[in-house]
Amino acid sequence: MLAANVSAIIEKALNGERLNLEEGAALLSCSDLTLLGQAANIIKNRWHPEKVVSFVIDRNINYTNVCRCRCKFCAFYREESDADAYILPAGELYKKIEETLAVGGTTIMIQGGLHPRLGLDYYLNMLRSIKQRYNIHIHSFSPPEVVYMAETSGLPVEEVLKQLKEAGLDSLPGGGAEILVNRVRRLISPNKIGWEQWMHVMECAHRLGMKSTATMMFGHVETIEERVLHMIRVREQQDKTGGFTAFIPWSYQPKNTQLGGETAGGVEYLKTLAVSRLMLDNVPNIQASWVTQGAKMGQVALSFGANDFGSTMLEENVVRAAGVTNRVPLEEIIRCIKDAGYTPAQRTPHYEIIKYF
Amino acid sequence: MQEIFNNSELRDIAEKVYSGRRLTREDGIRLYRSNDLLTIGRLANYVREQKNGNNAYFIVNRHINHTNICVNRCQLCAFGRDADDPEAYVLSLDEIEAKARSCRNEKISEIHIVGGLHPQLPLDYYLEMLRRVRRALPNVIIQSFTAVEVDYLARLHNMSLEDVLKALMDAGLDSLPGGGAEIFAPRVRKIICSKKISGERWLEVHKAAHRLGMRTNSTMLYGHVETIEERIDHMLALREAQDETGGFLTFIPLAFHPQNTQLEPMKLARTTGYDDLKTYAISRLMLDNFDHIKAFWILIGPKLAQVSLSFGVDDLDGTVVEENIAHDAGADTDQYMPKKRLVEMIKAAGRYPVERDTLYNVLGEGF
Repeated sequence: MLAANVSAIIEKALNGERLNLEEGAALLSCSDLTLLGQAANIIKNRWHPEKVVSFVIDRNINYTNVCRCRCKFCAFYREESDADAYILPAGELYKKIEETLAVGGTTIMIQGGLHPRLGLDYYLNMLRSIKQRYNIHIHSFSPPEVVYMAETSGLPVEEVLKQLKEAGLDSLPGGGAEILVNRVRRLISPNKIGWEQWMHVMECAHRLGMKSTATMMFGHVETIEERVLHMIRVREQQDKTGGFTAFIPWSYQPKNTQLGGETAGGVEYLKTLAVSRLMLDNVPNIQASWVTQGAKMGQVALSFGANDFGSTMLEENVVRAAGVTNRVPLEEIIRCIKDAGYTPAQRTPHYEIIKYF
Repeated sequence: MQEIFNNSELRDIAEKVYSGRRLTREDGIRLYRSNDLLTIGRLANYVREQKNGNNAYFIVNRHINHTNICVNRCQLCAFGRDADDPEAYVLSLDEIEAKARSCRNEKISEIHIVGGLHPQLPLDYYLEMLRRVRRALPNVIIQSFTAVEVDYLARLHNMSLEDVLKALMDAGLDSLPGGGAEIFAPRVRKIICSKKISGERWLEVHKAAHRLGMRTNSTMLYGHVETIEERIDHMLALREAQDETGGFLTFIPLAFHPQNTQLEPMKLARTTGYDDLKTYAISRLMLDNFDHIKAFWILIGPKLAQVSLSFGVDDLDGTVVEENIAHDAGADTDQYMPKKRLVEMIKAAGRYPVERDTLYNVLGEGF
């Protein structure tokens, strides 16, 4: 049965009024799944009346898996002494970029662990050497990496970002956000930067004219209120700097991690996606996460507030390490989008359409 | 809120659903052609809650596949083998009995036995199988042998369907599973299961079983070469049979998995999430005389199966201890779901978990 206050909250969102923490939590607790979907869908259609679902053709490149953070939810990191620890040689990096360009890719997302022996120069040289060789958008380095570069170089975050930008960095991915509440971060990623630092990096990047995304990894130890608080913190920052292009919620994947447990179900995912669309009245795009949810759920997400299929990810290593291997080739992404009644379109990381399919 | 309910292109169909009027063939086709997934789901959810409230049913059962040798060798099937194939097998009656005994402690309420059409297995093998399983599991409901197998036994022994069914019932058979229905349209059967009994014959077997007092299931294998119209006609044929006998317990849409089947070279795409949810929802809306719509999580994945509980589905087939058929065709979900996880999945969808037996008698609830 539909609680009266849920209708009132949805009415409020549809009238263009901003929802508060209690209201977001009430929506997440509501079990009328299709109602939440319909409300999110209406808001999505106001943002994107053109009935297009976009995606970016790109590749995730992970330059190292050595990480001193050792987050409990992560299955990707290794100790320097581990047999399968690695730093990607430059030659392999270039090869991966060339393969990406060869299939019409526009973008690389370079991310890696916090390696104790890699300093700021390593990153600056990497960026310069890529830009010297290739015309490709570099969407790289999540806030924990940027803060780590600041720590190891002794420079302020603004200065690090300025140098990264000058060396060729175009935009920042929204990783490392997990849940932007320090109680949760202490439990699942005690060595990782706090939420204020994460937001500070994004604020500085936005002020330097770089765009970024914001992610949320949910479904572990956080409460429903903390999930909504995460959304509100992104919304408040967006009011100030406006640099978030998209919000990307995805569910924690427990296999091979220290934290363990179960992954969130399909209903939880769709509700969280829909509530993100309703809460984040100032973020233009919401991405479906087919990497964590699979192609079927990724497509269904298009009815629950998502307008973007994210990245085609020619390569993905981090979620795969957590035992999830959803491989969706480009033609499958295009088929899913068309089958749902939308026009598929390749876009840039700045959401400019390059090509319709 | 008005915006949600009034702007749909399906408004006239919605009015029919809310006033309890039967949908037509054209309504069914329009629903399939529409991309308004959420309105379709919402209507199906209305009917689902009218019929089953907040309950989400599940059954703890076990599957035995006594042989994979099959003279039909349907193009759609990844399980069947020729008799001389190195992977061909037949379970002896002792092996079947041992399998049945091995699940004595698993608190199952149903045993589900289906197999290929083996030319050398006589009716006596099946009767003895039923007697031994009945002895091993006296309180468990035996749901066994698809209409295709029942028809084969009748032809093999020159017996009437009624006589075969009566003999099977006397030996312990309680209910027929819904397999072998595929898509009733002859055009489709010619491509996907050219040697299998016709749709009419399938319906005859089930109606004969119903007249003998058995309750049975029904299925539809979708997502291969059939059209939307052929899916709707399939549902309508079942609706008509149900008007006649009332013997069907549930309808189970089955998403086709092409891997390792003879249809694989056709490069058929897997069903999409939209198609799966629409198929559940539309069958809920079309089959107004069926009590239950069941999702089989092995075929569509647990995430989508959970979501389907808001799109017309009231029953999840899970806690399957042993299931060979879907897995040979490359389904990528786990084979076994612990009851605890299934119950949590149902609760997380805001539904009330109810453990049932084959006939939907309540065995446990809430948890």
